[in-house]
Amino acid sequence: MKFKILLGSALIALGLSTSAIAEDFVIDKKGQHASINFKIQHLGFSWLIGRFNSFDGTFSYDEKNPSAAKVQVSIDTASVDSNHAERDKHLRSPDFLNVGAHPTATFVSNSFKELGNGKAELAGAFTLNGVTRDIIINVNHIGAGADPWGGYRRGFEGFTTLKLVDYNLAKANILGAASQELELHLYIEGVRQ
Amino acid sequence: MLRNSKEQFGWVSIGIHWLMALVIFGMFWLGIWMVELEYYDDWYHRAPWVHRSVGMLLFFLLVFRLGWRIANPVPEIMGAWWEKIIALWVHRGHYLFMFAVIISGYLISTALGRGVGVFDWFEVPALFAADKGRESTAGFVHMLLAWGFIAYIGMHAAAAMKHHFIDKDITLLRMLGINKQRGEE
Repeated sequence: MKFKILLGSALIALGLSTSAIAEDFVIDKKGQHASINFKIQHLGFSWLIGRFNSFDGTFSYDEKNPSAAKVQVSIDTASVDSNHAERDKHLRSPDFLNVGAHPTATFVSNSFKELGNGKAELAGAFTLNGVTRDIIINVNHIGAGADPWGGYRRGFEGFTTLKLVDYNLAKANILGAASQELELHLYIEGVRQ
Repeated sequence: MLRNSKEQFGWVSIGIHWLMALVIFGMFWLGIWMVELEYYDDWYHRAPWVHRSVGMLLFFLLVFRLGWRIANPVPEIMGAWWEKIIALWVHRGHYLFMFAVIISGYLISTALGRGVGVFDWFEVPALFAADKGRESTAGFVHMLLAWGFIAYIGMHAAAAMKHHFIDKDITLLRMLGINKQRGEE
């Protein structure tokens, strides 16, 4: 009897620990609890804020082994939205994102490093306009836990800066010297599968 | 004489015809030019502003023109029976083209549900619900239609020249308001 209980709890523990190792999350796209925003200087006087409305991705994260974390995101570049129809049309054109030729931007991580204090560093390959560069995203853990509807969620935010010239955006230079770098802000909530 | 008769065009029809011809060529050139402007160009914002404003005014003029066309007699088309049928439908095609070009342009500017300003005078409201991404599709269609229309106008002008120089009839002259009989001396 004792043995059976022991075996049972061992199995339960094993079951729990395997599920903890395989903490795979899918970005909550349906509920729109995720945003990919960007911010770029306008003439050096102010900020222009825009976003990509359509993207998808997954990540895995295990609290016991965070450096094994993996992130994969793909962005539909045609979904660029700066709240101005004619500008969005221009951003999609070959002058900028050239979405006809390059409809998807992707990020695939290759390392994740906890820095303590809820901060981390995510490195990976970012492909935009057909050009792939290694970038580092500064990550803040926001929170994780059971949601009220029976699921389990985990959220991060990430910040990185891109140089437009790195991605061969044909007309990026016309924006002027103050607007050659773009800040990318990612707010990601995943639902555990 | 302002109104058309069975024999000749009135000055309203003639005036609108040539005014629109001028404005349409101007708008075509402006459209081609403005999309290539650099961001720091003086005209970067002003040129599209003029283009949008004139486009909306053109719409109202076109509605008036269509009403005027329906409410007035039209001088008889010259040529063989089949030429008359083609000419009638080519003329109707101009209206279709003009409406299509203007509406496709309007759909670009109103894609996010905002109206189109006409100079600093008034605003044409957005009649259709915002539809993210429509600006790119409508923009492409607008460009195709504009090029198509210019080619169509070229054909129309060639036909007018044919009437004038080959058939030697008064088709072109009466659209210029010149009243004379030809080819019977």
